[in-house]
Amino acid sequence: MRKVYLDHSATTPVRREVAEKMWTYLTDKWGNPSSIHGVGREAKKGIEKAREKIAALLGAEAREIVFTGGGTEADNHAIIGTAAALGGRKGRHIITSSIEHHAVLDTCEYLEKDGFEVTYLPVTREGVVRIEDLKSALRKDTILVSIMHANNEVGTIQPVEDIGRICKERGILFHIDAVQSFGKIPVDVQDLNVDLLSISAHKIYGPKGIGCLYIRRGVKIDNFAHGGAQERGRRPGTENVAGIVGFAKAAELAVAEMETEAARQEKLRDKLIKGLQERLEDVELNGHPGHLRLCNNVNMSFKYVEGESLLLSLDMSGVAASSGSACSSGSLDPSHVLTAMGLPLEYALGSVRMTLGRDNTEEDVDYVLDVLPDIVKRLRNMSPFYKTQAMV
Amino acid sequence: MYSETVMDHFTNPRNVGEMEDADAVAEVGSLACGDTTKIFLRIKDNIIEDVKFKTFGCGAAIASSSMATELVKGKSLEEAAKISTQDVVEALGGLPTQKVHCSVMALDALRKAIEEYNSN
Repeated sequence: MRKVYLDHSATTPVRREVAEKMWTYLTDKWGNPSSIHGVGREAKKGIEKAREKIAALLGAEAREIVFTGGGTEADNHAIIGTAAALGGRKGRHIITSSIEHHAVLDTCEYLEKDGFEVTYLPVTREGVVRIEDLKSALRKDTILVSIMHANNEVGTIQPVEDIGRICKERGILFHIDAVQSFGKIPVDVQDLNVDLLSISAHKIYGPKGIGCLYIRRGVKIDNFAHGGAQERGRRPGTENVAGIVGFAKAAELAVAEMETEAARQEKLRDKLIKGLQERLEDVELNGHPGHLRLCNNVNMSFKYVEGESLLLSLDMSGVAASSGSACSSGSLDPSHVLTAMGLPLEYALGSVRMTLGRDNTEEDVDYVLDVLPDIVKRLRNMSPFYKTQAMV
Repeated sequence: MYSETVMDHFTNPRNVGEMEDADAVAEVGSLACGDTTKIFLRIKDNIIEDVKFKTFGCGAAIASSSMATELVKGKSLEEAAKISTQDVVEALGGLPTQKVHCSVMALDALRKAIEEYNSN
């Protein structure tokens, strides 16, 4: 059976070039970067070269990059660090959007329990934050605006340049979660007018458990872990050396290949979307239909069908996808992103996300177009909501 | 995540469909709560002669409906009403804890259909 992996927004395989780089730092150059001797200095050199490389790719300076244990930690560091530094003096109001990743949403909710006020901006039906909504949410005591660059479920790209400009004019710190966008669209901290920016390695064919937070020079946020001088005291603990050098290699390759790879994936994406719309009725594309959609994201709802049973059936046909709806805690909770976009429940429950990657081919798309419509038809024939003459 | 029996009943569900001349029909759940099952029964001399179902829901919900309908087929109404969630879960070779509630729906629909039949 053909195997088609369409869950690249969840994670990606580590590239051979990346793994080879990491291998060197697991075996030959295995030292502790804080050690004074040669073995340690070699590891330190690897980290600092990686830092320079990633900084250059983001349009930043090396000293502005703090390596973290991944995107979630970087988001926590940015938001909690800002709240701790400014919450006592400047104000206790934070603005974010209702479609953020849980790494941001749950962190904001945590701060709400601590007396901070959070505004969760609504989005359009296509999943875009409106500038007018942001402007009217801004207050004198707003200390931070945190908006994702591109959404992880529906791939909608947010107007972060405009948001950055507005924040800069008013002297409000601006954080971007760029975990899904980095390596797919340009991410330059100067163009984006951003103060804090999170990225992660395992979404760009690097290893899991490593990411970084960009902190603009002069921006004072608190450290939220303590215990050592590593990362200039911002992220204490012996560094994940192999992870860091692998991350830099993956980032370098992703940015170098971005233009050609994005164009190639966009073609596959559009073929998949169009093909499913032609083959099935009552299908809806979730997110933006055009230029504000990530090159690799397909998120579609199949009315009368429940997401998990669709995913299970796809998995049995060799297709790995994911769902917005997660039936895990007693009831089916539709995705908070699709709900915020105003999708009717019957569509939100039947949503499937398929995210392309560099290993996918046109044959993969043809295979999905071959198996998915039959699966949907089979499940619809089982559904009490679907009116049809054709009985199973 | 799911046992082989669950996957078998999910892939090849038994008794899927509708019944035009059913003696009892009941629907449980709603789109708002995520899962819905509709049960059709043909009853003769107090025995469930045939049963059909339709389910909108996750893999566990579909497999449970399939298994529950298999368990009641040929049983008397009294026997059928006695079948418990545990019986269905055991027959399926177990369900993940957070999915056990999905197996309740088919039995609820079945009991509702029997009640309706008895009250007529």
